[in-house]
Amino acid sequence: MQIRGGDGGEMRVKRRRDDRRAAWWFLAPVLLGFAVFYGYPAARGVWYSLTDYSMLNTPSYVGAENYAKLASDGQFWNALLVTAWYVVLNIGSQTLLALGVATLLHRLTRSVVLRATLLLPWLVPNVTVGLLWMWLLDTNLGFVNHLLAVFDAGPVGFFTDQTWAMPSIAAINTWAYTGYTALLLYAGMLQIPQYLYEGAAIDGAGEWRMFRGITLPLLRPVLALVLVVSLIGSFQIFDTVAVTTKGGPVSATRVIYYYIYQQAFTYFHMGYAAAAAICLALILGVLTAVQMRLLRASRSDLA
Amino acid sequence: MKSRLRPGRVLAWLALAAFILITLFPFWWMVRTALTPAADIYTDNAGLLPRHPTLINFSRILGLVSEERARAAGGSGARIDFAGYLLNSVIYCGVIAVVQTLFCAMAGYAFARLRFPGRDLVFGIVIAALMVPPIFTLLPNFILVKDLGLINTMAGMVAPTVLMTPFAVFFLRQFFLSLPREVEEAAILDGSGPWGIFWRVALPMSRGPLITIGITTTVWAWKDYLWPLLVGRGEDNRLVTVALGVFLQQSPNTQPDWTGLMAASTLSVLPVLVLLILMGKRLVQSLNFTGNK
Repeated sequence: MQIRGGDGGEMRVKRRRDDRRAAWWFLAPVLLGFAVFYGYPAARGVWYSLTDYSMLNTPSYVGAENYAKLASDGQFWNALLVTAWYVVLNIGSQTLLALGVATLLHRLTRSVVLRATLLLPWLVPNVTVGLLWMWLLDTNLGFVNHLLAVFDAGPVGFFTDQTWAMPSIAAINTWAYTGYTALLLYAGMLQIPQYLYEGAAIDGAGEWRMFRGITLPLLRPVLALVLVVSLIGSFQIFDTVAVTTKGGPVSATRVIYYYIYQQAFTYFHMGYAAAAAICLALILGVLTAVQMRLLRASRSDLA
Repeated sequence: MKSRLRPGRVLAWLALAAFILITLFPFWWMVRTALTPAADIYTDNAGLLPRHPTLINFSRILGLVSEERARAAGGSGARIDFAGYLLNSVIYCGVIAVVQTLFCAMAGYAFARLRFPGRDLVFGIVIAALMVPPIFTLLPNFILVKDLGLINTMAGMVAPTVLMTPFAVFFLRQFFLSLPREVEEAAILDGSGPWGIFWRVALPMSRGPLITIGITTTVWAWKDYLWPLLVGRGEDNRLVTVALGVFLQQSPNTQPDWTGLMAASTLSVLPVLVLLILMGKRLVQSLNFTGNK
């Protein structure tokens, strides 16, 4: 606290004493919310993971039994694998597309209306997005299969075919989040000094060389950050699966979030579900740490 | 050189236009289906416009027509009242956005400006919660809300997010740190306490960021599904997202009631579309703001 002036020292002492009391009032609602809905449940979650609990009985301590069962649970590993497959498909396509769209926007226009338009799918609930595409991709009546019929292809059971179900869900979410991701990358591109492009143009560099030589290297920190955020979000896919396939066909789309949800609220294996949730939290924690290190390593690029 | 660039630029614009077309077309198809009579769904599902446009799908999901008429128009006969669900969603989002923003602004201000022992430690602990995935606290929170007897109440639905989210605290603290201190110092010399400075000086100066975080919170609350599905499944407090899921499962035959579903989907998009039209510029700029942090 810097209070200038003759009686600054006296004021500082006075304020410090007052602040302590005031601070409690300022913080009370947030600290209450944090303690009751973050701190307490986190501790309780760890405890449940060590118990046998069905929501009807009182939890009984079973040690690491839930974790041991998870390690040999084929469905759990399958759920992780299926989730990883989804993340690869979704993040891969979404990031590449978003990079392309952001570059086009950046080199062509500064229009706010255009950017706002790209944001529309992101504003729509995932449930609506799921319904919309279930209809568009419907095997018999869907628009996309009509389109395929024009080219003498299909019909494809986008949600009922085991090989197609996961790519379909990944594509849907790519549709929903590419615009948003593109705008984040575009915001990063706006930070790159314009004179670099002007200089390169005078030197006769083409658009592709500018992209490789200027945009991509200078965007790396922003790109890394956007990757962390979308990766962590992507791992937590639930809504779209819950609406469209409910984990099927067979277990082709039973992602980890849906698996935990089923264990907890279909079979009432609360302790087991809590243990699985902790495993997921650990995976996400490691991912965050790795990506943060990547981010720090790449920061040197921005002079 | 200009002439060499021009064909490339045209191609680039075409690519961008194609992307925007793919972005917007599903919405067009949604509205188009919503305006199609259910009886036509097998014969009229390929053209860009419905052959016999109708508003019956909207009136039947809003509960404006009798049960027999709704059933005749393709409904399942189950009670559907999307006007009520929309109202629930608006209340849910409004309460969360306003209360959470206010409380997080208070905390953000305290962490940025007030002096008290353990400030940085407490802030660090609150921010650490950013790393905890929601599923981890979801199960215990559900049990807690159940034990409190708040299942199927609006209070239970808003409880975990109405007081705070770590991100809002973090975001608003960052903003208050960037405010120039001079004005606040003048208020101190006038004899104002921390509370007076916060209300009369700091808050009025932060309208922009407060609106930004308020809109972002509204959008996320509008999209909420899993928590309201667990806690607010009952008819009285059902949100639009939960109602859409229930509606899909109520299909009379194997074929879902697509025209009704698309009318309901349209209603779930309409409020965010209005938000985008009114606040588009601010939303787009807020991405610049948060994206670079």
